[in-house]
Amino acid sequence: MSNQNAIQTGNEGSFLDAGRNYIARVKGGETGSLPALLGLVILATIFAVANPIFLKPINFANLLTQTATVTTLAMGLTFVLLLGEIDLSAGVTAGLSAAFLAITMSEYGVAWPIAAVIAISMGMLIGFLIGLLVAKVGIPSFVVTLAAFLAFQGLQLVVVGKGGLIGIDAPPILAIMNTPMPLAFGWILLAIVFLSYLGTSIYSRRQRTSSGQQNKPLGILIFRSATILVVGAGFVSFLNVERGANPAVTSLKGVPYVVPIVLILLAVGTFVLNRTKFGRHVYAVGGNAEAARRAGIQVSRVRITVFMISSTFAGIAGILMASRQASVDAAAGRSIVLNAIAAAVVGGVSLFGGRGRLSDAVIGGFVIAVIDNGLGLIGLASGLNLAITGGVLLLAATADAITSRKSRTS
Amino acid sequence: MSSDTPVIELKSVKKSFGPVEVLKDVNFSVRAGEVTALVGDNGAGKSTLIKGLAGIQPYDAGTILFEGKPVELHSPRQSADLGIDVVYQDLALCDNLDIVHNMFLGREAAHTGVLDEGHMESEAANTLTSLSVKTVKSVRQKVARLSGGQRQTVAIARAVLWNNKVVILDEPTAALGVAQTEQVLQLVRRLADAGKAVIIISHNLQDVFAVADRIYVLYLGKMTAAVKKSETNQADVVGYITGAKTQEVGA
Repeated sequence: MSNQNAIQTGNEGSFLDAGRNYIARVKGGETGSLPALLGLVILATIFAVANPIFLKPINFANLLTQTATVTTLAMGLTFVLLLGEIDLSAGVTAGLSAAFLAITMSEYGVAWPIAAVIAISMGMLIGFLIGLLVAKVGIPSFVVTLAAFLAFQGLQLVVVGKGGLIGIDAPPILAIMNTPMPLAFGWILLAIVFLSYLGTSIYSRRQRTSSGQQNKPLGILIFRSATILVVGAGFVSFLNVERGANPAVTSLKGVPYVVPIVLILLAVGTFVLNRTKFGRHVYAVGGNAEAARRAGIQVSRVRITVFMISSTFAGIAGILMASRQASVDAAAGRSIVLNAIAAAVVGGVSLFGGRGRLSDAVIGGFVIAVIDNGLGLIGLASGLNLAITGGVLLLAATADAITSRKSRTS
Repeated sequence: MSSDTPVIELKSVKKSFGPVEVLKDVNFSVRAGEVTALVGDNGAGKSTLIKGLAGIQPYDAGTILFEGKPVELHSPRQSADLGIDVVYQDLALCDNLDIVHNMFLGREAAHTGVLDEGHMESEAANTLTSLSVKTVKSVRQKVARLSGGQRQTVAIARAVLWNNKVVILDEPTAALGVAQTEQVLQLVRRLADAGKAVIIISHNLQDVFAVADRIYVLYLGKMTAAVKKSETNQADVVGYITGAKTQEVGA
């Protein structure tokens, strides 16, 4: 069916045209996570030169588990940031969820899957209450979540006990962050990721072709698939190398279990944001809440839901945190929320709402973790480490502010 | 539809904010296939009249007839269900979304919860084509990158896409240059020629005379004139707007 429309869809042209379009978009300010990716490469190069340990498999695996908690938190926060709101309580919500997980298991003898569900549901409930206060009562999210940030620290102290520490001994919970998967699982994981990307892409191309619409050049699909395959294979083979200090005693090789967990959260969240009505409404409310309201979107329902999502992700992050430390203390989660916000913003999620993706949060999470990890290896004082992280955040926020101003005035 | 049954007819509509009477016994009617202009000075009550039709700010008293039947307009949804759509001055578009997304905002097509982008894209493109829009290159552009005239075009096209019977345009040319104003006015005319009832609010009498069939004038909350364009001139309308002239409006 040849439809002679005068209106184009932006998919015309060759692979090279698509490349040129992308460059034009970047120049126009739609940089996405490109600066963060470039920064990541530069930082990694500097650290690798400064200290060869940085590139060792053991350090890479460490990096992954270090960043997993912050990244999970940052992905949840992205939903809130997309509305131009903020959730300062996500970190302590994670801490509280971790405490509930530990207590239900150690004091009430609850099985670990049920304890995990309780911990995540509690996160969801907290998000619902925060969302209600923001959307229905109309308190700025900064204040609601700051109040929650303070109050939950107190609650955490009461629950855990001052100076207390609750141990985690359920092996499956501990395995998430500390045990690698069997070597074959890494390759199976890569195959699943690759085939699902290829499958969904080919499906949507078929759909467009059958309704007589232009497809993006085939070259883009091939390029992206090849990138996934090459980068993924690099990751898996690198993580499958023996990294134990003493392999004869304890062998340590394989992709950590947390990797598929984060990938599933990323895939589901991205699907919700890009392919569902709710996701579209999140972007609409973040772009122009009044326009969304006039278009019949129930803005307060969207608002409550994003806070629920953020806190649910925080609940999951709490489990990851508990797994990594094998315990929960009274201060758990207090400091990570700022790193998570920094991760999202550095990755390219706008603080002004309406712009950003979950993958940005993941890339930003890597940048923050690499700075932390690399500066530690170089042996810089931790004060300087914080100052540099702060500087990077400020840089990203500046770029965000300039881009937003540009798109408002042009 | 016979021309003596207006699509919308307002009878003795009143609205007050505290002690201030903004609309005093206003009668107003719009017909299909016509462009009806609503003019008046700042504070004359134009916006209040429109907000009542949009269901945003219900009137205090009076009757609303839609295609001859009395109706209530208490929420934007009720207006939308009747097929009344307002294209606001600030356009009410989301800058961060593309043209297709904006045209389907709040009414996205979906299969089992998953957006049907292909369907939405072709519908949007067809609508723009049917309005002979040639200024928009790609329907997948972000609205932030469009000019004022193109944005106005998208907002109007959205009203057409949803097959609305009444399209209310609030100052559609206020922020536009000469060429873009011309394009938007042509679009407004095509809208009426396609059988829609179009209400246009404007301060620019030149635009009003270029496109309107009928002109209503509000002066301090009262409808002081309702005239056919062919039976009046700009000087008279200026007189009605400033209160120097009045024509008693009966029905």
